[in-house]
Amino acid sequence: MTLLLGFVFALFLTVLLFLLRLYLVVISGSNQPPGARGHVAVLVVAGSGGHTTEIMRLMESLSAAYTPRHYVIADTDRMSEEKIVTFESSKPQSHSDLQFTISRIPRSREVHQSWSSSVVSTLTALRYSLPLVFRLRPDMVLCNGPGTCVPLCVAGLLLGILGMKKVQIVYVESICRVQTLSLTGRILYPVSDYFFVQWSSLRDKYPKAVFLGRIV
Amino acid sequence: MTTVFVTVGTTRFDELIESVTSSEVTQILKARGYGRLVLQVGRGTLVPDADSCADLSVEAFRFKDSIAEDMRRADLVISHAGAGSCLEALSAGKPLLVVVNDKLMDNHQLEMARQLHMDHHLLYCTCSTLTETLKNMDLSVLQPFPPGQPKNFANFLDKALGVK
Repeated sequence: MTLLLGFVFALFLTVLLFLLRLYLVVISGSNQPPGARGHVAVLVVAGSGGHTTEIMRLMESLSAAYTPRHYVIADTDRMSEEKIVTFESSKPQSHSDLQFTISRIPRSREVHQSWSSSVVSTLTALRYSLPLVFRLRPDMVLCNGPGTCVPLCVAGLLLGILGMKKVQIVYVESICRVQTLSLTGRILYPVSDYFFVQWSSLRDKYPKAVFLGRIV
Repeated sequence: MTTVFVTVGTTRFDELIESVTSSEVTQILKARGYGRLVLQVGRGTLVPDADSCADLSVEAFRFKDSIAEDMRRADLVISHAGAGSCLEALSAGKPLLVVVNDKLMDNHQLEMARQLHMDHHLLYCTCSTLTETLKNMDLSVLQPFPPGQPKNFANFLDKALGVK
């Protein structure tokens, strides 16, 4: 009986510590801003269709300091890889070593997928995201809405919670969200370091969000 | 030849392809002075062939690496409500008619089409009102669409992350 109580207490304490760490990681900035080291390693989540177009427009604007760039796409996505390669090929080759990588993870959720199967597929994606993010150790995760980004952001947060590295979560809500946030946006809003919205109606509803007008 | 370019992005939108190639619609387009209809059908099941319309010359394809050239040559763009397609048409400075797919559940794409319509950047309708809209549309009311400023994003991020 006491063994059971002890176990339950230990479990409760672990969960409490985990939540406390999550809270501390989310509200704290970096001790040393990533840019101070001279470069910012970015994990870029490329969703399908419009998501990729939007994120590539953002990537075009970033300076050469944002390197290496690790693109992650869903395994069922066929078009994003081409767009990424085209974009990266247009960049000047300043170093001989690889400036970018492309990785694939199982898609978290297809459009119209049911709730229950979405949980299963998101957990599957998480199983791939964790080792990937732990290996890449980005300074920042940049994403803009596809379900693919949730397990990757969770993995980034975990890196911080375990005290291994603070990963900045930078989320840019799609320009097609004017009045309401996407499901991914609603999930990541509380835990993002920088959460961008592109219409003033959303800025009014989500005061923690950054509003710079249309950025894509 | 004045061209109408129809695009459904990476989706499937058979109802639009069907409506836009119907004799009702092609007759209206011809009456408005359009001679050519180019259809990007994406994952749709309908791929009309070149002789499917009596009134216009028709060209159809599923995907291209880039539709920039088709956008450039278009005099009117009819698009699904996808953000990428809309932005591409508006960035190309083309008059845009967005056809909303009301069969899609939780159609959040409507939000942007509605806002851009309110801001007079595009016209919008559904497949059932396509004929009516094409008959009565006045493209001169459309306002030019200023481009987004990703540099503002980059500058903000540089400052926030301490990038020099």
